[in-house]
Amino acid sequence: MTFLLALAAGALFAAGIYMILRRSLVKILVGLLLLGYAVNLLLFNSAVLVPGRPPLIPAGQTVPPEISADPLAQALILTAIVISFGVTAFVVVLIRQAYQVVGTDDLNEMRCTDIPCEDSELKDGKEGGA
Amino acid sequence: MIVLPILIPLAFGIFSLLAWKAPRLQRGLALAGTSLLTASAVAILLDVRRTGVSALQIGSWPAPYGITLAADGLSSLMLLTAAVIALAAALYGQAGIDPGRVRSGYYPLFHFLLMGVNGAFLTGDIFNLYVWFEVMLMSSFVLIALGGERRNIEGAVKYVILNLLASILFLSAIGLLYNLAGTLNMADLARQLPLLGAPNQITLVAVLFLAAFGIKSAAFPLFFWLPASYHTPPVTITALFSGLLTKVGVYALIRVFTLLFTQDTQYTRTVLLILAGFTMVTGVLGAAAQTDFRRLLSFHIISQIGYPLMGLALFSQSALAASIYFLVHVMLAKTALFLVAGLVESLQGSFDLKKLGGLYSARTGLALLFLLPALSLAGLPPLSGFFAKLALVRAGLEQGQGVIVAVSLAVSLMTLYSMTKVWNEAFWKPAAVPVPRRRLSAWLWAPTLGLVLVSLLIGIFPAPLLELSNQAAALLTNTQPYLEAVIGGMP
Repeated sequence: MTFLLALAAGALFAAGIYMILRRSLVKILVGLLLLGYAVNLLLFNSAVLVPGRPPLIPAGQTVPPEISADPLAQALILTAIVISFGVTAFVVVLIRQAYQVVGTDDLNEMRCTDIPCEDSELKDGKEGGA
Repeated sequence: MIVLPILIPLAFGIFSLLAWKAPRLQRGLALAGTSLLTASAVAILLDVRRTGVSALQIGSWPAPYGITLAADGLSSLMLLTAAVIALAAALYGQAGIDPGRVRSGYYPLFHFLLMGVNGAFLTGDIFNLYVWFEVMLMSSFVLIALGGERRNIEGAVKYVILNLLASILFLSAIGLLYNLAGTLNMADLARQLPLLGAPNQITLVAVLFLAAFGIKSAAFPLFFWLPASYHTPPVTITALFSGLLTKVGVYALIRVFTLLFTQDTQYTRTVLLILAGFTMVTGVLGAAAQTDFRRLLSFHIISQIGYPLMGLALFSQSALAASIYFLVHVMLAKTALFLVAGLVESLQGSFDLKKLGGLYSARTGLALLFLLPALSLAGLPPLSGFFAKLALVRAGLEQGQGVIVAVSLAVSLMTLYSMTKVWNEAFWKPAAVPVPRRRLSAWLWAPTLGLVLVSLLIGIFPAPLLELSNQAAALLTNTQPYLEAVIGGMP
């Protein structure tokens, strides 16, 4: 099971890295999402998995049984999911805004930050990037 | 008490949200919040100076299980410097932030950004460090994208994507570390890691952390997001970011590499030393090619990041003390320089050095405001940069690392060249268009003057700060008091 999950996490990392190397902003977003899933799987795997042993204290005892699942990793994943949800929502809006302002989702066209754009270029940015 | 630097910005952020419709009230709240923050940071610094390390277990859960906040010398110095910068930015923002940005929520984000920064300085738990980083990043994402012009949006896209990538690396490193040690409390990790006997895996995790924090602190070769984005928002935001964000990355590097990864030091410290050298050189060379005031300063941020990294790589008490002193110096001087760039822009309407000029004869005071932090950055005595670099160079020579010392000195010289270029272009050469005679708002020049004066003070009277840095560095090289304060009497 651990081995399969590790393979899945590896495949997700590979796919995510491939996607963030693309030029299109939407594909980069997909890449970031895939990487996020890959990390969540990795966190899930990082607590040693024990099937069928819930981390509950049996009635009449004060400590959990010696071998039980580790609940902390799930708590970490939950936090990571919530954060990546918020971040993704922001990035989607940012990409939409970028598409409206710049007129393209191609990162190669977004070079005003490196080579100062002329004012004319800034004005007809919406038609540019065909 | 050490929870105050997190609670104050949280409370004022919420107040600012409640006062959404009242921009004037929000501006006042920003001043009140940052003043209170500075006061609490001073109190913590005094307290830590007396007691060494103070730790707080949230909800009284004992250390490896609960959430720990801990303030030692390094945290408290960083907190105070950050609070001073925030206060200056809040003052400058009174006139420097346009009403449109205030209406779209500048001030709540400003407070939440400070909360994230302070949380990162105070936390004693590696996963919480990730959470605080996210709090800080989320606010900075929105701050940099506010405005919605093409420049802002393009800068924001690059900034956001690369920083998210860094967060993903950071989180994977945390996952692997948890798998190795089964704990996330930094003090507990520091105890467990040497007992594991798995130096190779630990080094692997250490390098992942290095990559993640390297992106965040804009170290070579991971800095390309910084010059692409830092010059796009208004100068108040740039100044705040340059003073705080990359420095939190450096703080995190210092924290994990002094507390956690102290085993396979031969490898990690060599890598750090090489990175430090290249960061200094590439940053300053990049700056030499720039003609935009703020882009030039952005490249200098990168170059200056190399110096604290060099101190961390040398890893003696004197080198770490020099790093800490340098961090305080560069946070103040850099923020002051960005604010000066903003003053110049508000007079002449441009950041382009070719279009500026004649400011020395027209505005001698402003020219002095630029000259002091600029020379301090280059490291001329008796300014603060001189003592920081002197201490670093001395620590480097003590360890026989002649190459990095030579590199750092050469980079200082090139920094001086770069600053003279700005001086010649913006202040010395005759003005292309006459400088307007209108008065600058006191909201703009007073905080700049304040920062320059503080920077000047720590240069003329370096002894107290050097002593504080030394105490902080002693706690970094001997982590026993930190562990005892966090974990308590456990062996």
